[in-house]
Parts: sequence; C-alpha cells; structure tokens
Amino acid sequence: MKTILHVDLNNFYASVECMYDPSIRGLPVAVCGDIELRHGIVLAKNYIAKAAGVKTGYTIADAKRACPGLVCVPPHMDRYMRYSAMAKGIYSEYTDKVESFGIDECWLDLGTEADGVAAANEIRRRIKRELGVTASVGVSYNKIFAKMGSDYKKPDATTEITADNYKALLWRLPVSDMMFVGRATESRLRLYGIDTIGDLAKCDPSLLARLLGKNGLMLYRFANGMDDSEVSAITEGPPLKSIGNSTTAPRDLLTEDDVRVTYMVLCESVAARLRKHALKCGTVSIDVRDSELFVFTRQKRLLSPVCTAEELFSAAMELHRTNRRPGMRIRSLGVRASSLCPLIGMQLTFYDDEAKQRREALSAAEDSINSRFGPRSVVHGITMADRDLSSFTPSDDRVVAPDRFEAYI
Amino acid sequence: MIKKLYVSVSAEFDTDGNMRPSMIHLEDGRDIRIKKVKNAVRAASLKAGGQGTRYLCSIGAKDIYLFCEDMKWFVEWSE
Repeated sequence: MKTILHVDLNNFYASVECMYDPSIRGLPVAVCGDIELRHGIVLAKNYIAKAAGVKTGYTIADAKRACPGLVCVPPHMDRYMRYSAMAKGIYSEYTDKVESFGIDECWLDLGTEADGVAAANEIRRRIKRELGVTASVGVSYNKIFAKMGSDYKKPDATTEITADNYKALLWRLPVSDMMFVGRATESRLRLYGIDTIGDLAKCDPSLLARLLGKNGLMLYRFANGMDDSEVSAITEGPPLKSIGNSTTAPRDLLTEDDVRVTYMVLCESVAARLRKHALKCGTVSIDVRDSELFVFTRQKRLLSPVCTAEELFSAAMELHRTNRRPGMRIRSLGVRASSLCPLIGMQLTFYDDEAKQRREALSAAEDSINSRFGPRSVVHGITMADRDLSSFTPSDDRVVAPDRFEAYI
Repeated sequence: MIKKLYVSVSAEFDTDGNMRPSMIHLEDGRDIRIKKVKNAVRAASLKAGGQGTRYLCSIGAKDIYLFCEDMKWFVEWSE
C-alpha cells in the first residue's frame, strides 16, 4: 500500500509575517490587502486572531470590530513564494512525486516501503528549524485521507489515517469537514439526514448520485477511502483544468467602456497563458461582482476552441451584455477559460476561417514581442483608453487556493 | 531585546566555489574577524526574524550566529 503525505504549512501568510517580525508574535495578526486599491480584506490570520473571531474575507473594519487589538500587516507575496519553494525543496529530498495544492499545501507520494510517520515527523522538524514556521502532516494510503489527516490536528502535528482507524477518526466528523463539501452541498446532505462523514460513507450511493450527480458518487468513494488518484511528479505539475484571471478594479466600473477595458486586459492575460501552455479553450466563463457583493457567474460554450484575446473578449462581452443588471456598479471581474484542448493536432472545423488563423499568428507575434521586451509591451488599443483601469498585470496574481475539483471527477 | 542588524561581510571562496565569511564589518567602523566557521545550515532566526543560511562563527571567546538571507547578511544583535 502506498504512503502518501499531505503537508499543510499552518496559517501560512500570517506565520511567515510573524517569523519576520518577532514584535508581533503573540498578538492577533491578520494579513490584509491594500485599502487604497480596494483590496482591504483579511487574506489570512493567525490562531490568536482566529480565536477572537476574525475570518478570512472580512473587511479590515469588520475584523477590527471583532478583534480590537488586531495587528494588520500587508502581504509579502515574494516571501511566501520563496518559502513555498524552500518547503518544496525539502519535500523533494524525500520523493520526486510532490504535487502542490495551493501555495502552502503539498502531497508527497513516498512509495510502498516508507515509514510515513517517521518521514512526516522529520519533515515537520526540518520546516520548523529551517523555515521557522510549523506544519501539520497527514499520513495515509490515499490523497483524500492524507489531506484530512493534516486538517485533523493543527498546528505542528502528525496524524496517521490507516485502513484500520479511518472509521474511528473520520466518520464521526461533520460532513462539512470532508474535502469538496461546501456550504451548498452540506445543506443539501443535511436535508437527508447526512450529518457526518460516516453517514455519507454508509449512504446508498444511488441516493447520492440522485442528489449530487457524479460528485455524489465521488464523495461516497472518498468517505470510504476509495481514492486512487496519483500524486503528480514535481516536474509535471497537476493537469490544467482551466485558466483564469480576475481583478478588483481600482474604482467601480460604471460604463460599458470601463467593463470593456477591464475584460480586455483579463482576456489578454488568459489568452497568453493558454498559448504558453499550448492550449485552446472551448468554454469561456465570467465572474461579475458588484459593489453590494452580488455575484453572478455565466459560461458559454464556443463553436470552436480559441486561444486569442479577441475571441475570448467577444465571448466575455456577449455573456456580460446578456446577463448584466441595469445600473450595476461593478467591483470585480473575472474571466476563465475551460474545456481545454491542445493547440496543435486538433480536428479542423468548418468554422475555422482565414481571419481566425491570421489572428492566431498575430497573437503568436505579440507573445514573441512581450517575451522579448517584457509583459504588456504590446497591448490592444482599447486598454489605453483608461490607464487607471488597465494598469494591473493579472498574470502576476497568485493562485492561492486552486480549484482542483474537476481533477477528481 | 534582540534586533536584526544588517552588516557587510568579507568572504573567501575556495576552489570548489564554497563561500566562507571571514570578517564582519559593523556600521560604526568596527571590524570583527571570524576565527572559525563551526557550521553552516539553513535555519530561521526566531530571535531577530528572518531566514537563510546560518553560520555559527567563532569570534574571540564567544560564538555568534551570522545569517545570509537572499545575499544580505545580518546578525542577532542584543541591545
């Protein structure tokens, strides 16, 4: 049986900040975005702030109301990336199968002969000594149980979930502790009296399939330890399921021109990333959030796969125009490309015309210029219409908690 | 109170390219000769805040920790 570890760096952002500034250790600390750029929300917090009721996503004002002595510090993405890379460097000394799950979590496949608990304890000790932060590690025979093991006891702990103890340890936990069970799924399950992971595991799979479709069957399998997904090799990275970028605008977007400028910058980035991975997408989706934090997400299947900013942009604008509410004050926008397929070796369609091929060649030329002279050296004219709105570089935004749900279906 | 004191450092490189700090230059003009580097490990400085390669340096009668963090050097300095 395989030995899989899941290592979770505890309260990662806040721990790194406390590591660098000893004067804030022992105080409630939250890492918060920039108020000036309207990103003024809590991105991460330490245990003391959490115990005082501070939650990720709170505005700074709400967080300070919940915890008056809260110390708010700005994020240092460069430090987190460096720490993340160093942690992965430690993991790679134990195996070449290291798969990231966000910036602060990784799975490690140690093979069939390893002493998982001993390796987990050594990794924890090394992280504490070499990086100055703590980690919790789950040890199990599959990825899901390893992840649940690292969540089981925090901070700085090792939990082993075996084929003998998983029922005793995990089945009594609320169903919301199960990976991939969000609020909507939880309330759906609770309606049917499925309150714990054990209830889920003992449930009739056909009922779960009726309730939640194929995700229901997936959850049934996970609750019973029947996850056989592989840990990707460190050089491979997990398979890409979608590519997206989003931004909170520096001011509310009121006119169609405001929206067009922002969508174009996002589409340029998403399209360039598609081409970088030699991919095209068959589906485009948008996320729109207004100043009242009302959110809508819409998606559209395309006639044929695309990889240029113009085509993504026209699909995004069509979705936006069809679904917007009159008078919306838009706070943030996102564009995501999914149903990915290889750029080359694709089946030709009747819809591929010469103009499309010319646009793709032009995009390849843009990539070449941007790689030689720096990002955004050549951009679409529309983005020059409002430099304030287009001055962000979405490809620099970091993926903090990737949506890997589809990877398990 | 321990603080993070950035310093300039003179270092020697051997034929294998290994670096060994040999002298610490303080801002007030004092130079501290490093007699011996007892070990070099990657470590966090919990006292001063920071992380990098930690050199345990023998200077006269006592040993101090000298850190190299992203090619910037600091010592844990007690005030």
